[in-house]
Amino acid sequence: MSIDIETAARVAKLARIRVEEDELPALAQEFNNILGFIEQLQEVDVEGVEPMTSVTPMRLKRREDGVTEGGMAKTVLSNAPDAREGFFAVPKVVE
Amino acid sequence: MSELTKLKIAEARDALRKGDVTSAELTEACLSAIEGAGKLNAFVHDTSEIARRQAEVADSRIKDGDAPSMCGIPLGIKDLFCIKGVPSQAASNILGGFKPEYESTVTTQLFGAGAVMLGKLNMDEFAMGSSNETSCYGNAVNPWRRGNDDEALTPGGSSGGSASAVSADLCLGATGTDTGGSIRQPAAFTGITGIKPTYGRCSRWGIVAFASSLDQAGPMTKDVRDAAIMLEAMCGHDPKDSTSADLAVPNFEAMLTGDIKGKTIGIPREYRMDGMSDEIDALWAEGRKMLEDAGAKVVDISLPHTKYALPAYYVIAPAEASSNLARYDGVRYGHRAKLSQGDGITEMYEKTRAEGFGDEVKRRVMVGTYVLSAGFYDAYYNRARKVRTLIKKDFEDVFAQGVDAILTPATPSAAFPLGMEVEDPVQMYLNDVFTVTVNLAGLPGISVPAGTDKQGLPLGLQLIGRPWEEGDLLNCAYALEQSAGFVAKPSKWW
Repeated sequence: MSIDIETAARVAKLARIRVEEDELPALAQEFNNILGFIEQLQEVDVEGVEPMTSVTPMRLKRREDGVTEGGMAKTVLSNAPDAREGFFAVPKVVE
Repeated sequence: MSELTKLKIAEARDALRKGDVTSAELTEACLSAIEGAGKLNAFVHDTSEIARRQAEVADSRIKDGDAPSMCGIPLGIKDLFCIKGVPSQAASNILGGFKPEYESTVTTQLFGAGAVMLGKLNMDEFAMGSSNETSCYGNAVNPWRRGNDDEALTPGGSSGGSASAVSADLCLGATGTDTGGSIRQPAAFTGITGIKPTYGRCSRWGIVAFASSLDQAGPMTKDVRDAAIMLEAMCGHDPKDSTSADLAVPNFEAMLTGDIKGKTIGIPREYRMDGMSDEIDALWAEGRKMLEDAGAKVVDISLPHTKYALPAYYVIAPAEASSNLARYDGVRYGHRAKLSQGDGITEMYEKTRAEGFGDEVKRRVMVGTYVLSAGFYDAYYNRARKVRTLIKKDFEDVFAQGVDAILTPATPSAAFPLGMEVEDPVQMYLNDVFTVTVNLAGLPGISVPAGTDKQGLPLGLQLIGRPWEEGDLLNCAYALEQSAGFVAKPSKWW
């Protein structure tokens, strides 16, 4: 399995990380090194083995589906790079 | 004053209770040690005002006879822990300026027990790294050097600042977190003790997430007794973390008898790696002998899937990271890129994340994105999770055969120079070869300093325990510590 420049660009896009055109070949090479390393997993016989979902055999706790905290819009917005009129502000999303 | 910072937690606790010293005195001694240790770059956010206030409260609690073990003890806190009103940025520029409105459960418990926070500690960005070289604050430096050679060495990672600070006596103990070895490897590199408890022992709430199925917090301390005391204060059930275990927390310190007669210790043959240094091999053999002399039965065991632990980890951890780090989008907290005319929301995400994340974090997020993408999910991610099941079964099998704990080296080498291996990410990943299996299997593991190499650098041994048996594991580590008698300290050059 070898990653070409096009795939590297697609992955960067999916991850929402801007990668400049001239950096793509080096990135593709890095992916290939890392994927080459994890390729060893293909040797393992995993026939009939369940993929792990929880490392401890405990059932996830259930809780009542109710409001426990709230009414703190100001606190929630306190770290926002851009907050206006009680909302997070972002560039225009819909034309 | 500087002698005070050399105290262990247990010694300081006893001195505080006797009235021989006050928390205010201890705290001032640590603060001035920190001020004089800028070259180590261990502390990255100053919280001395909070420390002084907490020390004052602790002193009055002690006077009133209400003094839990951690009361008045000055600690360093890894930057991964959210502290209300204090910069908490996981050593990343993308969280620049972030001051949480809430407090992690682990630090809430520590502060509730009276502990004092001296400041935030350096680390690898989002805990991704093994040398503390991916930090936005620059490298933390190991207080240890090779003899008279003044080349700067790594304190290990990701909890590099914690390791450096404890080793250099800037604080009495520190919090760390461990996803693939980030407590145990730096502890080994700096001659201190570090324990990662069973997955679920410590609440992950309020700790910036890297790989949620692997992340665990734990203490980094000057010896095993201190690890027992501090771990107990950090553990406990938390309804805010659905994976937190609803189990009673034992008095770990009371379990330190040093008596391991009749215990069975396994030596896994797969941990004898090609090209492993003779010194590490010799230390491992010495550790085996020490445990035998202490009355334990030592047996050779096999953990057949060991070889596949690192590759499985480098699928699972990046996959979870790519999902966890999706939240850094420039909307709710931290950095947002300056946008050009006509940029929309996608450009905002892409530019923000390109500017805010460092290279290693970007690499892992993208590898994670790739292994989770359509067409590769089964081949990589699901296969890695199946291999993880097999790795855990390896351990279950040996525990079922009566093995109580497993002895391995903590790291494949002593601390290496800063700037050495960053060129090849895979080379760096090999640092975690002995520790990462423990995270994949959710087990407790502890690194204990056990000797030095010929250049005088500390080396550690790792003990791996049964799930939830941290008390037994600590006792085993205590026996090893007593036999090893490691007391060396770095000579002060900073």
